[in-house]
Amino acid sequence: MKSAVIVFPGSNCDRDAHDAIETVTGQKPAMVWHQESELPEGTQFVMVPGGFSYGDYLRCGSMASRSAIMPAIIAHAATGAPVLGVCNGFQILTESGLLPGALMRNAGLKFVCEKAPLTVENANTQFTSRYEAGARLLVPIAHHDGNYFADAETLDRLEGEGQVVFRYGKNPNGSARDIAGITNEQGNVMGMMPHPERAVDAGHGGTDGLALFESLLGSA
Amino acid sequence: MTQYAEGITAEIVKEHGINDEEYAVILDRLGRAPNLVELGIFSVMWSEHCSYKSSRAHLGRLPTSGEKVIQGPGENAGVIDIGDGQACIFKMESHNHPSFIEPYQGAATGVGGILRDVFTMGARPVALMNALRFGAPEHKKTTHLVSGVVAGIGGYGNCVGVPTVGGETNFHAGYNGNILVNAMAVGLADADNIFYARGAEPGQPIVYVGSKTGRDGIHGATMASAEFDDASEEKRPTVQVGDPFTEKKLIEACLELMATDAIAAIQDMGAAGLTSSSVEMADKGGIGIALDMDKVPQRETNMTTYEMMLSESQERMLVIMKPGREDVAYEIFKKWELDVAVIGETTDTGRMVLTHKGETVCDIPVAPLADDAPKYERPYFAPEVRAQLNAKDVAQPSHMGEILLKIMSSPDMASKAWIWKQYDRHVMADTAASSEDPSDAAIVRVHGTKKALAITTDCTPRYCFANPFEGGKQAVAEAWRNLTATGADPIAITDCLNFGNPEREEIMGQFVGCIDGMAEACAKLDFPVVSGNVSLYNETNGVAIPPTPAIGGVGLIPDMDQRAHFGGMREGDILIVVGETEGALGASVYLKVIENREDGGAPLVDLDVEKANGDFVRGQIRSGRISACHDLSDGGLACAAADMAMASNMGIKLAHEGNVPMHGYLFGEDQGRYLLAAAKEDAIAILQDAKADGVPVHVVGLAGGTAVTVNGAHPLELDRLRAAWEGWMPGLMEQLVEAAE
Repeated sequence: MKSAVIVFPGSNCDRDAHDAIETVTGQKPAMVWHQESELPEGTQFVMVPGGFSYGDYLRCGSMASRSAIMPAIIAHAATGAPVLGVCNGFQILTESGLLPGALMRNAGLKFVCEKAPLTVENANTQFTSRYEAGARLLVPIAHHDGNYFADAETLDRLEGEGQVVFRYGKNPNGSARDIAGITNEQGNVMGMMPHPERAVDAGHGGTDGLALFESLLGSA
Repeated sequence: MTQYAEGITAEIVKEHGINDEEYAVILDRLGRAPNLVELGIFSVMWSEHCSYKSSRAHLGRLPTSGEKVIQGPGENAGVIDIGDGQACIFKMESHNHPSFIEPYQGAATGVGGILRDVFTMGARPVALMNALRFGAPEHKKTTHLVSGVVAGIGGYGNCVGVPTVGGETNFHAGYNGNILVNAMAVGLADADNIFYARGAEPGQPIVYVGSKTGRDGIHGATMASAEFDDASEEKRPTVQVGDPFTEKKLIEACLELMATDAIAAIQDMGAAGLTSSSVEMADKGGIGIALDMDKVPQRETNMTTYEMMLSESQERMLVIMKPGREDVAYEIFKKWELDVAVIGETTDTGRMVLTHKGETVCDIPVAPLADDAPKYERPYFAPEVRAQLNAKDVAQPSHMGEILLKIMSSPDMASKAWIWKQYDRHVMADTAASSEDPSDAAIVRVHGTKKALAITTDCTPRYCFANPFEGGKQAVAEAWRNLTATGADPIAITDCLNFGNPEREEIMGQFVGCIDGMAEACAKLDFPVVSGNVSLYNETNGVAIPPTPAIGGVGLIPDMDQRAHFGGMREGDILIVVGETEGALGASVYLKVIENREDGGAPLVDLDVEKANGDFVRGQIRSGRISACHDLSDGGLACAAADMAMASNMGIKLAHEGNVPMHGYLFGEDQGRYLLAAAKEDAIAILQDAKADGVPVHVVGLAGGTAVTVNGAHPLELDRLRAAWEGWMPGLMEQLVEAAE
C-alpha cells in the first residue's frame, strides 16, 4: 500500500507515523512537505500526524488547514481513499471541514498525557475491520485541545450513522459523549485524538494500535 | 588615562556588577576607558553565570575523563561513546532565578536553552528530564509556582516534540524564596559528526539564524548572578519569552545544515546571547570577529548595539560557515521560514569589532573577555558536620502501617502524577520507561537498536545540608545506583550545582564540601562529569537554599531484554535486601515527616561497598533471575517495598529481626542498598552468588496478600496506600483552583 505522511513545520509525530506504517505495511511512506500541492502519484493512504503544525498559536490546526497541500488531501478524500488524522491531524481535518465538529481546550485546561482506555464502537470501517466491535483498547493520548464538540443534532447523526468509531472508557478531556474518534459520512476519513502509531510495539506503548494499520492494509 | 568614558559613571559600572578591581583590569587591557557597549560586554562575560568566577577554582577537582568520554566540560554539552559509532550528548542547566519571577516563561526557556546546548553539537534531542525544588507546600506562592513551572516545561517540551521522561520534585521551606528549576536534555548523534564551538578560522562568514533579536532578557545573566530581595519581581522584564514552534524549526534546520559539510563552528545564543556566542567561538578559535550590527535581524526598531549584544531573545544560533557556503544555510533556513543573515566575518586581529550605522561602537581584544575573567579563591570555612543519630534515641511508633501511610503520602514521597501527566512522555515512540513506570531511571531506546539509554536526576539536599561532603558523594552514588537498578552500565554525569551566595564563607564551604564529595564518588565509581552548570546566589534577603548539587546520570542498557524494573514481583517471590541496614535515621524522611525534626548526620556512603553491591545487582539482573529490583533511598526499605507492592499490585510480608530498632530497620536510609524480588529457586541462586562474591544479602520478606505487613502485623492495605499516595498532590493543587475561584 502506498502511503503518504504530511509534514508541517511543527509536526512532531511524523517519524512515529512513518515507522508505524512501515512496520505494518512493509513499505516506507512518502513524507510530503506542507508546501507541496500534490500527493505523490499512486498514493492510497494519507496520514496527517500529530504535533503543533504551525505552533497552534491561532487555533490548533487552523493555519495548517489553509496550507498548500490541503486541497490535494481534500480531493484525495473525495475519491473515497483513506485519510487518517491523529491528534493535531484530527484538529486539522475538522478545521478543513473534512470532519464535523471541533476540538476545544481540555475541560481540565491542562495538557493530558496518559494511556487512555478506549472502546471500539464501530468495527465496520476500513480503519477498524481487524478489531472486534466493543473491543477495549489502551492507546496513549497526549494533547491540550482534545475536547470534541459538535451540536446535539450532529452528535445524534454521528451516533446514528455509526460514525463514532472510538469512545473513551474514562473521559480525559470533556469530549461530548466520550467521543475519541469519528469518521466522515462516507467512512473514509477518520480523525482521533489517541495515538495508534504510539501503540504498535510491545516495547513502547503496547500493541493495541497495530490492528488499525492492519485494517487499512487489509482493505487496500 | 581617564577613569570613565563619556557618559559612564562609577554608579553605572557598579550597576553592571563590575567591582573596582575588575574595572582596573578592563582599563589595563583596553589601555583606555570602556564605552557603554564594551562595559556591557565585559559585564556579561565576567558575570558569575558566564565566567564561573567563584566556582572555577574548585570545579577542576571533578574527574572529567574516562574511556567513554568523547567531550568533557568546556563545550556546549558533554559527549559520551555508546558504541556502534553512536554518541550520547547531554547537559543539565538551571533556570532558577527567571522561574521564580515568571514561572511559565522561566521554565519554558530553561527547556529551550538546554535543548539548544544539545542540538548545537549535532545531536537530535531524544529526552528531557528535570529536577525541581519548591518551597513548603503550605507557602503562599508554592502552588502558583508549581503550576506555572510545570505548564512551562510541558508547554515547551510537548510542542518541540521531545519526550519529558522523568525527574524529581522536592518541597522544602528552604526554597520558599528561591525555587530550583533544573532541566536536562539528552540527544543522540553519530560519533564522527559532532559539532563544536572551536574550529573557526579567519576569513569565514558569521551567519545568524533563528528568531529575530528583541529587547527581552537584557542582562538576564547578570540577574542570575545576584541575590534576590523583596523587589525582585520587578525584574520580570529580564525574563525571556520562549517560542517552542521556532525551536522545533530551528532543530530541524540545524540538523539539516549539519548533514552538509558547510559548518566551521556553531554556538547557540544562550545567556548573554550574541556576546557570549561570538566571543566563545572567537576565543576557542584564537581569532577575531567583526560584526555589522545593522545586519542583525531585529524585532524592534531603533535597537542599540548595547541592546542587541546583551539581548537574550530565544531560539537563535550563530554559525561560522566555510567560505562560499552561505547559500547552503540560506536555502535550508528559508525553507523552515527562519531568519538567516550574514552579520560579519572572522578576522585574524584577535579583536571584537562592532560597527553600527557606519561607526565603530566597540573595539576590544577577545582574549581578556574569556582568559582574564576574574577567578576568585573565595574564603570559606567547612560547615559543621552534624553528628550521627542513633535510631534507639528516636521514639518507636506503635503501628508501622500507619507510619508508612503517612510517609508515602508526604510531599516528597507522594505520587507526582499531577506533574508528569502534563508532559508528553511518549512522542518519538522510543520511551520504554518514564515517570509513570516503576523504574528507577527513565529508559529511552536508541532508535532502531536493542540498546537504550537509562537517565536519572538525583540529589538529596537534606544530606548536603547536614554534611556537604557526604551529601555530594551520595548524590553521585544515588544516580549511579538508580541506573544500576535498571540493569544499565552507568557512564557519566552532568551536574547542576545550586547554592547560595558564594561571598559568604559558610556557603562557599558547602560548595567546596559538595564538590569534594562528588569528586570522590565520580572517581571511585568511574562516573565522570562531562558537562554542567553552576547556579549561585540562590538566596533571598540573606537566606540561602539548602545546598543542592543536582546530578543527571546517563547509562547504557546494551540489550533491552536484560533489564529490570520494580513492577514485576509475583506471588511467592522472596524479597532480598542487598547491603547492610544499620537504621540510619539522621536527616531522614522519617525524622522529618514523623518527628518533625531535621537533625542528625547524613548517612555515610562507602563507595567500595556501593560499587560491589551495584555490580552484583547488575549481574543478577542480566542473569534474568530477578522479577523486580528497586534501589533503597528516601524512606528506606518500607517505602521501597510500598512502591514495589503498588506497582506489582501484590502485597509484601516483611519480617523484622535483629538488633536494629524496627523504625530504623524499616525507614533507615543506609546507603548502597537494593530490594530484589525473585522466585524461590532464583532467590537461592542469588544468595549463593552473593556469598561467593562477599556481598551482604538478607532475606527480608515474601510477596503475597493485599497489604504491606511487618511480622504479620502493622497491616497497610494497598488500596488505602494507593489512594493516599496518589491523593496528596491533587489535593494540594486543588487549593490553587479554589483560591482562583
